[in-house]
Amino acid sequence: MSGLFSKENKEAFINPLNLNNPIAVQVLGICSALAVTAQLEPALVMGLSVTIITAFSSLVISLIRNTIPSRIRIIVQLVVVAALVTIVSMVLKAYLYHVSVQLSVYVGLIITNCILMGRLEAFAMSHSPWPSFLDGVGNGIGYALVLIVVGAIRELFGAGTLLGYKVIPQCVYEAGYKDCGMMVMPSMALILIGCVIWAQRSLNKESK
Amino acid sequence: MEHFVSLLFRSMFTDNMVFAFFLGMCSYLAVSKNVKTSLGLGVAVIFVLCVTVPVDYLLQTKVLGANGLFGEDLTYLSFILFIAVIAGIVQLVEMIVERFSPSLYAALGIFLPLIAVNCAIMGASLFMQQRVNMDPAVETKAIGSIADAFAFAMGSGIGWLAAIVALAAIREKLEYSQVPKPLQGLGITFITVGLMALAFQCFTSLNI
Repeated sequence: MSGLFSKENKEAFINPLNLNNPIAVQVLGICSALAVTAQLEPALVMGLSVTIITAFSSLVISLIRNTIPSRIRIIVQLVVVAALVTIVSMVLKAYLYHVSVQLSVYVGLIITNCILMGRLEAFAMSHSPWPSFLDGVGNGIGYALVLIVVGAIRELFGAGTLLGYKVIPQCVYEAGYKDCGMMVMPSMALILIGCVIWAQRSLNKESK
Repeated sequence: MEHFVSLLFRSMFTDNMVFAFFLGMCSYLAVSKNVKTSLGLGVAVIFVLCVTVPVDYLLQTKVLGANGLFGEDLTYLSFILFIAVIAGIVQLVEMIVERFSPSLYAALGIFLPLIAVNCAIMGASLFMQQRVNMDPAVETKAIGSIADAFAFAMGSGIGWLAAIVALAAIREKLEYSQVPKPLQGLGITFITVGLMALAFQCFTSLNI
């Protein structure tokens, strides 16, 4: 443990953004990534919520990691995560009610989001609190990045808007352009994430 | 009885867990490499769903709801309670299966404990919670009794099983196809699932 921003700590934070992205590389937390990305706003809120929850659950679990008996660790982890999710869900209901209605059950489903369990098991159980916290933030942001990309593409082409504002000018519509209704359908989320993975892997291969 | 059947088929096809709500995606993608193991996981999911959703239904209506045991609306505790019930029941089911049917236990292997963090299970309970307060006369989705909860669980489970076995069969064939290198594995699987979801969308116009 040397310094707050030593090389290892930086790696714990930066790796999940691209090289070890939770969605594209580790294949964790797919369910919610697909379901909330029809528009940009819920995707943003979801990304932010997951980042907060991964960061703090990693911190808490890492703080108590030496006192958790290994046989019941899954239940302990689930309870910590469930408590955090309950708090986030209440905050969303209080301040961003329309988004929390849009997200519906998917806020609750952050509990069973595999990114959380995956990072807790793989990192927080064996590292000290500060790197675990950074690892949580990094993974949360890595997840949010993919969500934002997919959400932006789907909203832009599906409805011609971004965050609810018209982006594609009216004259384009008059020239015969139409919104692609298919983008809003659930199946396009899957195909788009497939393409994101494709792009990400081809890019990474080139940079190596 | 009519409602029971309609709920069963509805949750199997129109509200398919995988294609309409993207639930249980992580294990769906990870385990669908061959038909035999995916069949085992599918059966385990049906089994656990059929136990947890009715139990959570009773908890929701008899304990947590406004007319429940404490006479107060305690639904904010539902995340923690549901996940604890699920984790507990999965553990219990595992012990019972191990004791009474070692062959089934060996076949299900590691899938049983993994089901605790399968979001299809938690998702089904959360959807059930949303539908409890709906009026059965207006909404065909409403869950008004424990039998309805069971039908919903059964239908969702069968739908999930059908989806994973179908994908596994396609992936077995996909082994022989030439796929661009960065798209191999995960990328092409996503696109396949997307096309399957597109096919399943024709069920949405079905009025059951």
